[in-house]
Amino acid sequence: MILLAVDWALVLEKLIFIAVIITISLVVALYMTFGERKVAAWIQDRIGPNRAGPLGLLQPLADGVKMFFKEEIIPTSSNKVLFILGPSLAMITAMLTSAVIPWGDKAELFGRTITLQIADVNIGILYVFGVVSLGVYGIMIGSWASNNKFSLMGGLRAASQIISYELAMGLSLIALLMITGSLSLGEMVKQQQEGWWNFFLQPLGFFIFLVCAFAECNRTPFDLAEAENELIGGYHSEYSSLKLGFYLFAEYINMFISSAVMATLYFGGYDILPFYDETAWGLSANLMALLGAAALFVKILVFIFIFMWVRWTIPRFRYDQLMNLGWKKLIPLALFNMLVTAAVILFLKK
Amino acid sequence: MQLTNRAKQVDRRPLNFAEKIYLPAVLKGMGITFSHIFKKKATIKFPEETRPFSPVFRGLHILNRDEEGRENCTACGLCAVACPAEAITMDAAERLPGEEHLYREEKYAAKYEINMLRCIFCGLCEEACPKDAIYLTETFAPANYSRQSFIYGKENMVIPHPKENPEAFTKAKGLIDERKAKASQQQ
Repeated sequence: MILLAVDWALVLEKLIFIAVIITISLVVALYMTFGERKVAAWIQDRIGPNRAGPLGLLQPLADGVKMFFKEEIIPTSSNKVLFILGPSLAMITAMLTSAVIPWGDKAELFGRTITLQIADVNIGILYVFGVVSLGVYGIMIGSWASNNKFSLMGGLRAASQIISYELAMGLSLIALLMITGSLSLGEMVKQQQEGWWNFFLQPLGFFIFLVCAFAECNRTPFDLAEAENELIGGYHSEYSSLKLGFYLFAEYINMFISSAVMATLYFGGYDILPFYDETAWGLSANLMALLGAAALFVKILVFIFIFMWVRWTIPRFRYDQLMNLGWKKLIPLALFNMLVTAAVILFLKK
Repeated sequence: MQLTNRAKQVDRRPLNFAEKIYLPAVLKGMGITFSHIFKKKATIKFPEETRPFSPVFRGLHILNRDEEGRENCTACGLCAVACPAEAITMDAAERLPGEEHLYREEKYAAKYEINMLRCIFCGLCEEACPKDAIYLTETFAPANYSRQSFIYGKENMVIPHPKENPEAFTKAKGLIDERKAKASQQQ
């Protein structure tokens, strides 16, 4: 019976934390759509949405309600099961990644020590990679099930793009793993808290990771999968109502999560300041955990802004440019970065 | 052979590594877009703010009254004759005894209609009027559901009565004076 002795308090704690994290990701993604429109407007010398509610803050709700009330159309020639599975999968995989990200340091609540991380898996970063790659199935299945040439084209583009950029991303990450010697995200953050942020050790690696993250999120300049002007929306041409909303929303959640991953891997996660020991402030553990989580969110927001900034600056790549950049530039660069890192580590150990 | 000195030599060298990796160009572009974030916005928040009209802007018409509230229009028909779009129609009537407080002269317009869908807002009616009766304002014709509602009658155009609504009357008069001043400046 020992096997069945479940720590119900732990289960409850994790369930509550999961609910909180998912709510936060959804709300952040909701307001990212608003932020996106605002940033786009500012960059184009406009004001952006400012009518719904104070400062236009209710705009995302209005957009959501609009999506909700749109007519639900499932094409007769489509595969219904897969057609519904596509957006659901995109949404689920987008949410799954948040499980292994350390959102903050340990906090103490009701006499319990609570880790602000849903699961500190020792292969955390591999899990992230696995789930993110699964995300493309949502797009592929949806585009296939639509039974539309343009959708299928978009799905194929998304698949080949993600395969190409996953390689460079993985290679840039290997160099990082050589330094940290751990796959656990929690462990990586702790190392960065004590030492340097990985960005200062791996600037080239970070750059490659950033570019690949853009490609993985299907964001401009890599949004060939949904190229409006060639593919009439690409993989979501046939979708309407909330299923379309799911696809669009999944993109924003993906952006949020990949920003969180980048902040965790290269910018010290919930570490507040680089090269500085925050314990010197002598604040209580709870307050430090809160400040740390806030610091992580600031970093995430900065990355999200960069995502949007780039989107409204650069036009879409041509497909051959995309493939050339991935295979002929980023992969050699990542390999070079990996070799240099390995050589330096070897040299320092001697 | 050189025809003009505007010809530019195009650089057709193959891209170097920095150009192939796109990053310098991307960063330059991002610099430009970032500077635009802080630039003055071109937007005019319409219902609250309006774009200033040109001094000669020509919008909807109004029919003038004098200081005692009597209508200026004598239904002479010069505006209708001047109108290139044939948007103006009117019926003349004779002023009866006891109506002196309503109409300034012994003839008046019993019906005065402008079809705002026909009207091209050229302002020739304003120029043609010898009686200081018709003026164009800085208002647009609002959108509507029926064609009939774009035919404006006297009830839509005659300015408020000085005794019934003195404030609105002085305001309308002020606008007319402004318009006259602007017109004289133009000449």
